Amino acid sequence: MSLDDAFKDPFFRDESFFGDYTYRNSPHAVNRFPFPFPEDDYMYSVNMEPHVAGRPGSIFEHYFDVDEHYVSEMRDRARVLEQDPLRCQSLPHMTLAGWDLLELIMEKFSEEYPQWFSLTKDGNKWHWVNRPLGIDQKFTFLDESTLPMGPFEYITRQAQGDFTLQDQRDDNLWIEAGMVTSQADWSLDFDIGMNFHEWHAPVPLAHQMGIFDRALKFLLALQYGAPVRRFNWTMTVDPLLDTSPENYHKWGPSKTTMTPETIGKRQHLRVELQTLIRLPRSNAIVFPIRCYLISLDDLVTKPKWARRFHRVIKTVPDELATYKGFIRNKPMILDYLAKYDDGAPTSPGWWPED
Amino acid sequence: MSGSTRLPVIVTEVVEVNSLIKRFRFVREDGGLMPGFSGGAHTVVEMDDNGTRRLNAYSLMSDPSDSSGYEISVRRDETGRGGSLFMHSGVKPGMKMVISQPVNLFGLDLRAKKHLLIAGGIGITPFIAQMAQLDTLGHKFELHYAMRDRELGAYMKELSARYGDRVHPYYDLEKQAIDLATLLKTQPLGTHLYVCGPKGMIGWVLSTAEKMGWPKGALHSEEFLAPPVGEAFKVELSKSNITVNVGPTQSMLEALEAAGVDAPYLCRGGACGQCECKVNAVEGEILNYDHWLSDEQKAAKSHIMPCVSRFKGERLVIEL
Repeated sequence: MSLDDAFKDPFFRDESFFGDYTYRNSPHAVNRFPFPFPEDDYMYSVNMEPHVAGRPGSIFEHYFDVDEHYVSEMRDRARVLEQDPLRCQSLPHMTLAGWDLLELIMEKFSEEYPQWFSLTKDGNKWHWVNRPLGIDQKFTFLDESTLPMGPFEYITRQAQGDFTLQDQRDDNLWIEAGMVTSQADWSLDFDIGMNFHEWHAPVPLAHQMGIFDRALKFLLALQYGAPVRRFNWTMTVDPLLDTSPENYHKWGPSKTTMTPETIGKRQHLRVELQTLIRLPRSNAIVFPIRCYLISLDDLVTKPKWARRFHRVIKTVPDELATYKGFIRNKPMILDYLAKYDDGAPTSPGWWPED
Repeated sequence: MSGSTRLPVIVTEVVEVNSLIKRFRFVREDGGLMPGFSGGAHTVVEMDDNGTRRLNAYSLMSDPSDSSGYEISVRRDETGRGGSLFMHSGVKPGMKMVISQPVNLFGLDLRAKKHLLIAGGIGITPFIAQMAQLDTLGHKFELHYAMRDRELGAYMKELSARYGDRVHPYYDLEKQAIDLATLLKTQPLGTHLYVCGPKGMIGWVLSTAEKMGWPKGALHSEEFLAPPVGEAFKVELSKSNITVNVGPTQSMLEALEAAGVDAPYLCRGGACGQCECKVNAVEGEILNYDHWLSDEQKAAKSHIMPCVSRFKGERLVIEL
């Protein structure tokens, strides 16, 4: 099979996540945005639920969500990796887990998006086609020498969201591989090799609540075939995927440049859909962290979200607003959102029209 | 967590390996492929023993890269509570059963420079899957396998044929014993040790290794405990607001399930921690048999593991 050179699906946007920031959400993408607040106030919780197929058209419809930003996000990932190859690392004993993940992504993509991806297997001789990225690869499963790079890097250069792989031993989880180019201010190079409690150490308030002990116990018992998911969120100025500590000097100062006139366009809510999946051959756990960005201007087009987001931001404790990086602009954000909060009640759940 | 990942299967083979051990093969009822698994994983087999629901965990012993079916071996225990006897006498080819998705509490540490495997009796089963996986991955390993005699040395012949001098048998009746001190002394730095077998053997291997300075993180063991039999007792559930009677040959977990309580579990053998339960009130003695709770928790009587623990006394209230 040869690749169709002219393949270009208008579904995929051509946009940038840095510099001129041409990233936008289409009305379709706004409609399906995963607004993460089911209630008017927010506090930490383990808030896990089974990762099962959800509403058609929603980000939960598929096992892995491939959306209109796919091609541009993968281009952005390649750009970040070129500047800093340490954003992708895998300790030697995690190679098997990398193959596990490669198999999972190739199988799910080709089953759920046959118009874009195909995987054919003849024993361990596999043939993978990724039409949006123009990739046609024949290789031998579990034989690294037949791929242009390690299996983990190979497949995570073709899947939206960051990925970490956790090895399980000594009743703990150890983050020992990762592809991290769209993170909310944390660093793989710093965290690699740490255990569950070590890499959660900077999170305020949650330790006292015993959240991490409960979450770890839950994850150690995570069963194959029963993945779970949760949301996390933070705020980012401009639709910048790569908010890494390594580049803080480049993006941090942008927080000081906000004005009441630009805040609706530039301030983005950043939502992470985090899934946790037990992998079969390695017994490792993969943690895909899928990032969705929406500007305040787009967010307030949904009246329920606008009202609720105002109330959520108002009740977030200062420790959390600091940790999530928007304490400085919190008053300006509240002024902006207040205009859209008419005091009406909001319905439970986060779907915009329910 | 309980019951959320069950697989309907058909028994396709029941093989009498020797006078004590039978091997069972399961394939999916819908004809699909089995989920992949990692060496050391177990599955919980659900049995309907004439209306009594029994759930026992057994290590998967087939090749993890073979998704066509799962195999387990069951050693008949005449004095147990009946699960192994049911497997031996009640399970026939063609029968439909339900098993759980694999869970691994005895995983390989793939950082190891070499894997030293020590098996006693039926404790060989997780190693059969692990060796298949290590062989495929090209990792270094060595098996030391102690059995009562040649007749009961299940799988020894196949393993020698497959792995040659990487497999070392020891027959108790021929007065052969593992020279553990020498074996441990001669391992290369970075070796990980895995032991599975009777309680006494596990204790002996782990304590010897610890005394010789092996790092804790390099020592791995697995022992599923059969829930012990004992005196009947009552347990009050503070959330469900009911009292459950636990019979002499029933585990507390089984009694809770029979009463319609959806209690969490994974291994049902005191090892995984999943069923850990808070104790709200206790007048009497908790008989802890698990590997999970700390000595402090046991002394404080603050928690209990309903899968294996029993109770003797006036009143026990747990948070469930």
